[in-house]
Amino acid sequence: MNKWFKSGTPWIWMTGGAVSISLIMVIGLFILIGWRGLSFFWPATVYEFDMVDKQGNHMNVIGEIYDTEIVQKQQLIEAGITGLEDKGDTLERYLIKIGNREYVDLDFQWILETVITEKHIPDNIVVLERTKNGNFYGYIKAIQENGVALTLTQTELETELASRLSITQALKDKEHALLKGDIGRINFDLEKIRLKKRKLDLDGLLTTEKITDFENQSQLLRDEYLSLETQLFDYRKQALRDSVVITDMTGRDVVMPIATVLDFYLPNKMSFIEKVGHWFHQTGKFVSDDPREANTEGGVFPAIFGTVFMVMLMAVIVTPFGVVAAIYLHEYAPKNNLTKFIRIAVINLAGVPSIVYGVFGLGFFVYIVGGSIDQLLYPEALPSPTFGSPGVLWSALTLAILTLPVVIVSTEEGLSRIPSALREGSLALGATKSETLWRIIVPMASPAIMTGLILAVARAAGEVAPLMLVGVVKMAPTLPVDGNFPYLHLERKFMHLGFHIYDVGFQSPNVEAARPLVYATSFLLVTVIIGLNLAAIAIRNNLREKYRSLEH
Amino acid sequence: MHSDLSNRLRADKKRVIKDKLVKYSITSGGALVLVTLLLIFGYLLYVVLPIFAPVTIEVERQFTQVKQEKILALGLDEQNDISYQINDQGELSFYSLREHDLGELLLSQSILKNHSAFAQSAPSSNSYLFANEQGQVTLFKAEFTTSYPNDKRLITPKISYPLGKSLIELDAQGKAITAISFELSDESGAIAAVTSDNRGFYLLLTATEDMMTEDIVWEQELVELPSLPNNVSQMLLSPDLNNLFVRSQDDLLVYDVSDINNIRIKSALPINALNSHVTTMALLTGASSLMVANENGVISQWFEVLKDNKRTLTFIRDFSAQESVVSLVPEYFRKSFLTTDEQGMLSLFHATGETQLLHEKISENETLSVAFSPRANALLIIDGKQVKLFKLDNEHPEITWSSLWQEVWYEGYPEPKYLWQSTSASDDFEAKMSLVPISFGTIKAAFYAMLFAVPIAISGAIYTAYFMSPSIRSYVKPTVEIMEALPTVILGFLAGLWLAPLIENQLPGIILLLISLPLSILVTAMLWTTLPKKIRESIPEGIHPLILLPVLLLTGYLSMSFSDTLELWLFNGDTRMYLTNELGINFDQRNSLIVGIAMGFAVIPTIYTIAEDAIFSVPRSLTMGSLALGATPWQTLAKVVILTASPGIFSAVMMGTGRAVGETMIVLMATGNTPIMDWNIFEGMRSLSANIAVEMPESEVGSSHYRVLFLAAFVLFIFTFIFNTLAELVRQRLREKYSSL
Repeated sequence: MNKWFKSGTPWIWMTGGAVSISLIMVIGLFILIGWRGLSFFWPATVYEFDMVDKQGNHMNVIGEIYDTEIVQKQQLIEAGITGLEDKGDTLERYLIKIGNREYVDLDFQWILETVITEKHIPDNIVVLERTKNGNFYGYIKAIQENGVALTLTQTELETELASRLSITQALKDKEHALLKGDIGRINFDLEKIRLKKRKLDLDGLLTTEKITDFENQSQLLRDEYLSLETQLFDYRKQALRDSVVITDMTGRDVVMPIATVLDFYLPNKMSFIEKVGHWFHQTGKFVSDDPREANTEGGVFPAIFGTVFMVMLMAVIVTPFGVVAAIYLHEYAPKNNLTKFIRIAVINLAGVPSIVYGVFGLGFFVYIVGGSIDQLLYPEALPSPTFGSPGVLWSALTLAILTLPVVIVSTEEGLSRIPSALREGSLALGATKSETLWRIIVPMASPAIMTGLILAVARAAGEVAPLMLVGVVKMAPTLPVDGNFPYLHLERKFMHLGFHIYDVGFQSPNVEAARPLVYATSFLLVTVIIGLNLAAIAIRNNLREKYRSLEH
Repeated sequence: MHSDLSNRLRADKKRVIKDKLVKYSITSGGALVLVTLLLIFGYLLYVVLPIFAPVTIEVERQFTQVKQEKILALGLDEQNDISYQINDQGELSFYSLREHDLGELLLSQSILKNHSAFAQSAPSSNSYLFANEQGQVTLFKAEFTTSYPNDKRLITPKISYPLGKSLIELDAQGKAITAISFELSDESGAIAAVTSDNRGFYLLLTATEDMMTEDIVWEQELVELPSLPNNVSQMLLSPDLNNLFVRSQDDLLVYDVSDINNIRIKSALPINALNSHVTTMALLTGASSLMVANENGVISQWFEVLKDNKRTLTFIRDFSAQESVVSLVPEYFRKSFLTTDEQGMLSLFHATGETQLLHEKISENETLSVAFSPRANALLIIDGKQVKLFKLDNEHPEITWSSLWQEVWYEGYPEPKYLWQSTSASDDFEAKMSLVPISFGTIKAAFYAMLFAVPIAISGAIYTAYFMSPSIRSYVKPTVEIMEALPTVILGFLAGLWLAPLIENQLPGIILLLISLPLSILVTAMLWTTLPKKIRESIPEGIHPLILLPVLLLTGYLSMSFSDTLELWLFNGDTRMYLTNELGINFDQRNSLIVGIAMGFAVIPTIYTIAEDAIFSVPRSLTMGSLALGATPWQTLAKVVILTASPGIFSAVMMGTGRAVGETMIVLMATGNTPIMDWNIFEGMRSLSANIAVEMPESEVGSSHYRVLFLAAFVLFIFTFIFNTLAELVRQRLREKYSSL
């Protein structure tokens, strides 16, 4: 035994075990996020439980089984629960998602298996997604038009609900388009007129002529607004025509305007194929919809858009600087102390904690640079800041510094793989160094630059801490791109997938309800980032192969 | 032919210029990296430095006044536009300090001609009181009203009498009042006085609103103070109307006056400094601290400290003004105070910061009168006939090197402590900004993370670089490396919302894992050696991890499912309760263990990659030589490979630590973010980075808090700078060594 230990075999196994543990952790993490994230969109079976409480009263509960937990009988007995003597050592406890948030105290309830007398899966349970208060579970009882119930059979009810829902949806879409489109534009123009007027006032050029001119312009806009407003109210009124009557688990009939219903489905009736279809439908809605109810419901489209937009802006800023710095270090830098310092600077830029960049970005970019821009270019809007408050431009700039070393390191690696024979050949043929660079080196290094860029984008997409200081918000009213001139609004705040995870997971009032959404968002973010990294690795490997063949 | 050549030459010239241009622009582009780093360094420093800047004063405006009376009190409005002085003749006069009518008398009123005592309240209320020889008092207030005629600010002085213009009788016997003190707020007030025949009075005033007229009516309640000493030299009433300090020469009596029907002596004690006598005393803002000045220039601070369940007035610290202190003036809102002495020297101190901020000769005259401006950005000094307004630059008196890094005894605390408590709901709250607890939190988090990450990452690196077959290595290495790309916000979220409840519920299982995992590896190894040689040899070398995968998964599963049984058996069914009640260990759901695992997870790939590279690039000739000399693979590894690669491994650990120190999101999400100082693995912490993320958005630009947060960022910057530079230098040296081998 002692000899065996001395031979080192057990230690080799131990080091091997460390690799296994690492692998289990990585793969386990991906499986965990993937499973939890993706199963969120799967239409879960909705059960109806018949329960008996201590007094012998019957109770009905309708809901999805959200989580199952095994508890020791001993613990339950110690907690004061009686009537468990004839049960086994361990018992199951279910976390049930009941929904119907406005009618129950807790929309998630733990129920012990012993209180359940019966468990059915009724076919015609309907799940309603609503604009407010989360899901609603129950049975469709009737459909009302202007408060009068229509005479329909059970099967007709579903199709009728679907058709009326799509009519109402169309109305709401129109309303939304009006609100975001024309009305949004009018508000934007009115604000612009106000600022113009203030600017002229500040410059001392405001004449009565100009004032009347501005007045007329605003009056025109206000008139237009009034007519649009009547149309808006008209849409709203029409959308409120229909409502649906749902019987909930306590047998109460709840009348719900169809305008508050976003979608409905009958999960227990669905076939497997239908469930798959529904899964894709839900996933699609998740990536394309706006969030609702303090981000705990709905989609993450603005967060995706904000992340992508900010990262693209950052890529535009970081690429030229990173590439130039890498070319300098590899092609021009003499072997002196300055070069050594620059190399150490690159390493340190890569190692400085991201929050320090956030602090720097907030102090330097937002308050100093942004504040100066405001005073020079937007004095009319002061004291409310334009560029002098956190925004997407400052986030992109901050992350550009953060990712600069990534681009430099990767580009330099690419440059070092280009055989020097190519450079010498070009120079021997009479090309200047810059021509060699431009015609030979940079095109050949472009995949490496691409790799660096992808890695930088992946890093930037996952970074949250600095953004919390320089521009990200939990709910941005408008996207940084819209139909109002100048179309790109770099001073606006934006939403971000990573921050969305932090915010919904840790700052939301109903963490339990929001948790699956956080998993789904995490899965989305992980997929994007791992995908980008894999792409970068693939390009890099491809590049290595290419130059290996060139060398021989 | 000729023109062709010149054309070509011209073209060449253009090309050469272009080449030069490209060279310079690229060089400047390269230098930009260095500039960026220096800019970050410089900017952080630029924001931080003002907190360490010395305090300066300089004369801004001055004028000479005609009358020279003894000044009892003086003050300023918030904009430093108007000054007022109360002289010995019982007059209150307002003088302008504005540029255009400097020194002009704006308003003057005689309050009380013959007075026997004078008192002033806490500086922020600008209230004063005269008492006369007949046992009567009058209370008045210097007020400023601000209006904006023609969009310009105009401040007008006003004298008001909150208790009415007529004299209030304190002593029915009409004896002269010799010492008096009072406090007055909108709702309540009190006056304490001593008469010439040594009787003391305490008058409590309560404001009630008249239902009909909506006027404020003051209800009065008068009681006599029990057992007064002879020769009362000074009285001070705390603004919260709880304590009355009565000084008789060097002895202090503290009365508890919180209940008017039960006024009693709380404590009696001598308060003079060693071998000296008390000259004066004053209350610091916030009213907890009593500052006592002595003839030898020592100023001692006293406040009540809870000791053996009793609040006792305790000596806290002292300051030295070198010469006998004549007057002691506290600031309006901060814990600063200034003293003047017999030599005309002015000294400025900060009580909790324990520093002398300024010590400067202002005049030859010993009877200086000094007042702080309400915003503490100016001093008003009357020196004989000269009225001078000094500009005072004292933005951050509370932040000093020692208050940031040493224990500070804050008011109300039983002992000196390291505290981080930057904001609170109440107004007269004193921010406590010690960087020690949050630096400790950073180190604690990094320590537990490294405890988890280093063994796994380095063993993993050793195996991957040295034993693993190349084909498997080409899959395993990228898989572990991809972990590095994982956003830390996701790790933090999983740690906080998935791992923390899991560990809370399955704690015995997790502890069991620590033992069962290594054990199961050893058992597998042993079983493997007992397998017939034929089977062993048919399986390729270097796939131990694959064999271990199912074993470890199974062990993990079994450990977790035994957790509940173990909990019942060892910890009475509730580990958390057991830890808290039986072992006295606090347990937070989001604790250091969670952070250690999650952050360890984040730094494993950093350490793994660099260490693996270092081990892998150890020249083959070295290992071959060792093996050829008869060493076993393990001996070769331990004695040759790891030794050669040790600088690389060291640099890997350094890089990992650098990353762990700066990580924000994991610590933010996986701990409770309480700035406590305790190594307990089951409690949380607050790190520098998480602290910045939490507090930065709410801090006011330019405030002490803002600058201290920048200092925290600067500390992080320097910390990681040292770690990374060290690691990089080691790595570079190693690379040179290998290339020579």
